[in-house]
Amino acid sequence: MIGDLLQGLAVMIWKVATDQPDPKTDFLAVIPAGIQPVVSAVLSVIPILIVFPSLFALTTLLERKGLGRIQNRLGPNRVGPFGLLQPAADGLKMLTKEDIVPRDADKLLHFLAPVVLLVPTLLAYAVLPFGRNLVPVEIDAGMVFFFAVGASTELSIFMAGWSSRNKYSLLGAMRAISQMISYEIPLIISTVPVIMLTGSLSLVEIVNRQEGFLFGVLPRWHVFTPWGFAGFIIFLIASLAESNRSPFDIPEAESEIIAGHLTEYSGFKYALFFLAEYLGMFAMSGLAVTLFLGGWRAPLPFLGEVPGYMWFLGKLMGLVCVFIWIRGTVPRLRVDQLLNFAWKFLLPLSLINLVTAAVWHFSVGWSFPGALPVRWLICAAMVAAPYAGLGRALTGGGKPTRRTYRFAE
Amino acid sequence: MTVIFAIISVVTLASAVAAVSLRNLVYCALCLTVTFAGLAAFYLQLGVPFAGWAQILVYVGAVAVLVVFAILLTRSGDPVAQPILPGSRSTGLAVAVVIFGLLLAGIHTSRMARRLPSRKPEPSVRSIGTQLMTRYVLPLEAIAMLLTAATIGAALIAMRETGPKRSDGREPASSKTDHAPDHAGGEHTK
Repeated sequence: MIGDLLQGLAVMIWKVATDQPDPKTDFLAVIPAGIQPVVSAVLSVIPILIVFPSLFALTTLLERKGLGRIQNRLGPNRVGPFGLLQPAADGLKMLTKEDIVPRDADKLLHFLAPVVLLVPTLLAYAVLPFGRNLVPVEIDAGMVFFFAVGASTELSIFMAGWSSRNKYSLLGAMRAISQMISYEIPLIISTVPVIMLTGSLSLVEIVNRQEGFLFGVLPRWHVFTPWGFAGFIIFLIASLAESNRSPFDIPEAESEIIAGHLTEYSGFKYALFFLAEYLGMFAMSGLAVTLFLGGWRAPLPFLGEVPGYMWFLGKLMGLVCVFIWIRGTVPRLRVDQLLNFAWKFLLPLSLINLVTAAVWHFSVGWSFPGALPVRWLICAAMVAAPYAGLGRALTGGGKPTRRTYRFAE
Repeated sequence: MTVIFAIISVVTLASAVAAVSLRNLVYCALCLTVTFAGLAAFYLQLGVPFAGWAQILVYVGAVAVLVVFAILLTRSGDPVAQPILPGSRSTGLAVAVVIFGLLLAGIHTSRMARRLPSRKPEPSVRSIGTQLMTRYVLPLEAIAMLLTAATIGAALIAMRETGPKRSDGREPASSKTDHAPDHAGGEHTK
């Protein structure tokens, strides 16, 4: 019995690693029929729970080293070779710190806030297609599910800020919630062109539609179309704002508001908030990869043998590195600049992007010679002209000055 | 199936009762959120995933956040000492039972209750979209106009705090100006 189980497990892992369809059925045949659904669900969940927190640990180290290098310093390099054991040290530190709860705090809400943040964030991973046959749950309305559970995380910020009975927490929670609801609109509207042109809300279907190569080299990912490129950029900016990451981290920046809604959290609860924030960032990046970057598809035809999940993880880590780069380079936005940016710049651009996608869709039938460059030019103009015009109008037409660099000697 | 329905109904009803009877306003708002989520669970159990997830997206993600924002901005979350509306509990209970009986009678004698559930529903998102664009396009446009009017009204209400500039170039006193507090002579130089 145990031998059968172990063999079934090994076969299942081998099937998953080599991208074969239907990896779970052989293993489930060994399990008694009553608990098969439960075991199937657990088998889908365990890899997510192993992979993404490990990615979180890796990303904290990558971020600190990366930020250090951008700021012309080394980053952590004491714990282990090149600082590789730093996440372990951080985890131990968080676990052994005293859990301080203010005396006047609302104990139930203070306790529940990290939980209410973490659970929907983990739920969001259920619909992402990680590989060719690797979707935990295939839901027809997958995108609505993703955004629904993403929207549920805003309540936990309120719970954290309110229950701490601290003016900084309250202000930070107010700013964080207004930031999150402002950026949710460009986030969702920038994904609507993808839904429009795929004709389905299912993420598996969206990845399936991005197959094939143009001229044999350029993959037909949505990011390589004008509306897809604009949508990708808007989605990236909005997802930075949704996960409260710099340059949109005014709700939790130390020099602004002493960690805002997280002020009164210490020890493991702070680690849970931190984990949930990074997991949210990974989920958003995963969605960006699925919608715009072709999901688990390889970028060149001859690379199709490499399993899909490697490409997915590679693209995800690429996006995470871009986020770290942005964090190290761009200064923090003030809260009114932040909100103006969402409502006056991103929202009109994402609405115009919808029209651009419609023009792209209806011009598919053009077949006169030179149709493809003409389509491209028209749609690119429809994307670039409002961007330039709105940008000039909103910044008062200022010209960028020449940048001078000073390096530390 | 009935077990799931029973569990979801107990959770929804308990949170709804808690939402109207708790003293702490923040707890009421959060119990109302659980009620919304319970309704979404009903939609999912009935086999309409789009409506279920849209319920969470709209109600839990936007309406509950709006309620919570109102509490945050007005700082009215301190627990009240006595109930807002006077009246005895038994009259309220009697009224509730009467209304429940009326609603039950109304539903049971309607045409929908007598129609047998014959054909399988196909509430795919595509069919919802087609219906919205063909048969229900007038209500859709009416709702769009209502939402636009609400947005413009909200922007107007928020803008009214700073009035127009006066003719001598001084801005009217409002909460947005950051002048230094006046001295006795009152020097409003700009």
